[in-house]
Amino acid sequence: MDTAPDTAKTEDAAPIISVRGLKTAFGDHVVHDGLDLDVRPGEILGVVGGSGTGKSVLLKAIIGLLRPVEGEIEINGKNQSLLTGEEARAARREWGVLFQDGALFTSLTVAQNIQVPLREHFHMTQDLMDDLALSKLSMAGLELEAACKFPADLSGGMRKRAALARSLSLDPSVLFLDEPTAGLDPIGAAAFDKLVRELSRSLGLTVFLVTHDLDTLVTVCDRVAVLGDGKILVCAPLKDVVDYDHPWVQEYFKGPRARGAGIIRD
Amino acid sequence: MPEILFESAHIAVERGAPAAMVRLVGDWTIDHAVAIDCDMAATVAACEEGAVLDCSEIGALDTTGAVLIRRYAEEIEKAGHAVLTGVQGAHKTLLEVISSAPPEVSTEPEHMTWYLVPLMQAGAATMDSISSLGRLLSFLGLVLIRLIGSLLNPGRLRLIPILHQMDVVGLRAMGIVGLISFLIGAVMVNQGAIQLAKFGADIFVIDMLGIAHLRELGILLTAIIIAGRSGSAFTAQIGSMKLHEEVDAMMTLGMNPIDVLVLPRLIALVICLPLLTFYADLIGIIGGALMAWVQLDITPANFFVYFRDVISIDHYWVGIIKAPFFAAVIATCGCYQGLQVEGSADALGSRTTKSVVQAIFLVIALDALFSVFFTAIDL
Repeated sequence: MDTAPDTAKTEDAAPIISVRGLKTAFGDHVVHDGLDLDVRPGEILGVVGGSGTGKSVLLKAIIGLLRPVEGEIEINGKNQSLLTGEEARAARREWGVLFQDGALFTSLTVAQNIQVPLREHFHMTQDLMDDLALSKLSMAGLELEAACKFPADLSGGMRKRAALARSLSLDPSVLFLDEPTAGLDPIGAAAFDKLVRELSRSLGLTVFLVTHDLDTLVTVCDRVAVLGDGKILVCAPLKDVVDYDHPWVQEYFKGPRARGAGIIRD
Repeated sequence: MPEILFESAHIAVERGAPAAMVRLVGDWTIDHAVAIDCDMAATVAACEEGAVLDCSEIGALDTTGAVLIRRYAEEIEKAGHAVLTGVQGAHKTLLEVISSAPPEVSTEPEHMTWYLVPLMQAGAATMDSISSLGRLLSFLGLVLIRLIGSLLNPGRLRLIPILHQMDVVGLRAMGIVGLISFLIGAVMVNQGAIQLAKFGADIFVIDMLGIAHLRELGILLTAIIIAGRSGSAFTAQIGSMKLHEEVDAMMTLGMNPIDVLVLPRLIALVICLPLLTFYADLIGIIGGALMAWVQLDITPANFFVYFRDVISIDHYWVGIIKAPFFAAVIATCGCYQGLQVEGSADALGSRTTKSVVQAIFLVIALDALFSVFFTAIDL
């Protein structure tokens, strides 16, 4: 496959995120049971799965918005459930999160949104913060005129990019993206995919990406993890996942849409 | 050993020919950004005629650090030339990403001169209130047309939502309306008796309570409580539906938002507010009677015999006739502001505030008009 990524360099490195025996549940409804997952430094991991298999729940559990019933989550070798409040705060600075609808603060301009984490953690001069905000904006591929606009005045694609710029503002080493291309037109989605890949390469970011988008899997992800039955069914480069013997995986990767995305060749 | 002109944890400036040598050392990351930024003025002052920035001794580098290096280079460029040397392979891509300085762009919304701001605000507020009153009237007209259409064709009325709204705005408001009416009735007798006792006329406190409470206070208090309680709820409910495009969805499904959202609330409030006013009148009088018993030793039996003699039924009607009008004003303001919500959660908040302020203002203004009217017809 021409877009097959090179994962050899990260194969042996210690995982940056390691999930062991994760169990999450809402009341009696168990979402994950005994889930194991490793994310290697510098890779882009795509997480797919049918609706209701708990992709977003997994993401929320890893970033600590949801407390797991059982299991351990280690990020950078630190067990997340054992951290004190101050340690957890420091650890969170290492991650950027892009929520599905951007979750920009509506009462602040785009530039002020990007500066919120800077203001919260540092005492920089306004001049430096403005410079940083504009740099992040141009990294996220947004016109600089958008800096003084409010989120309500932006289109969906621009909002996504602005939110990406905010998630990059503390120079995270791990980026969590929740359905980054949902709601974007195919051209915008392709551009966003390219952006994520370029940023990940140039900044050395590890990306954890939840998606439905087959094109994203093909063009961006180094490895693909398939969620199902409360576990990770398979986690491997795309070309190996496609051949995995499971009805959902087969239907997903061999369906008409997969044909369109060029995953399988006739 | 070259002469050192300036040195800190991240910078060392050495004299050199032809230009100074600026050695960047240590970690240039966001954690050290504040300190590095502080050193900039001293560094720039130390290298008078440009400098060579040596990046070979940098430890960790992130985008913030790259931005800082670019800022240093820019500042030094102002005096002479700035050249980057010894860039490590791992840092190359990062510095390329940040290589070009973004053009000057304001990161805040545009500001006006300070003395123009209040003038502009006053002007905008005046224009806004005039035009919003006009829009409110045209909205009222629209609602009335739909209402009359619905009354001629009762099948269009939605009975279940009306009953649900009556439960929410009427039945569940009885607690707070009753409590406040009781307290106001009692306080009025308490205060009035003290003042009237100076003239030996404390028995007239019953006249005062009857007239003031039945004609004005009962209805006015109830209307204001309902404006705060239900008017704001109308705006918030309809407004959040508007934000989630539910109102647009309704229209595409062939449902008229006025019929579905506004009329049930309006009809429910027009039915409930007179009932609540009657209830508030009753409770207020009971509160007054109890206070009269405690303070003036007038037994409830005597109180009501006297009350029946001096208070004619007209006072009650004057109060209660205003209720449906006030109800229409509150429901119209609440629903209108709800449908005006656009854009963000901020708009929802400011529209809710507006709806309550507008409703209370209009209720009081209308009450003044009624008062003039009833005086004119000798009621």
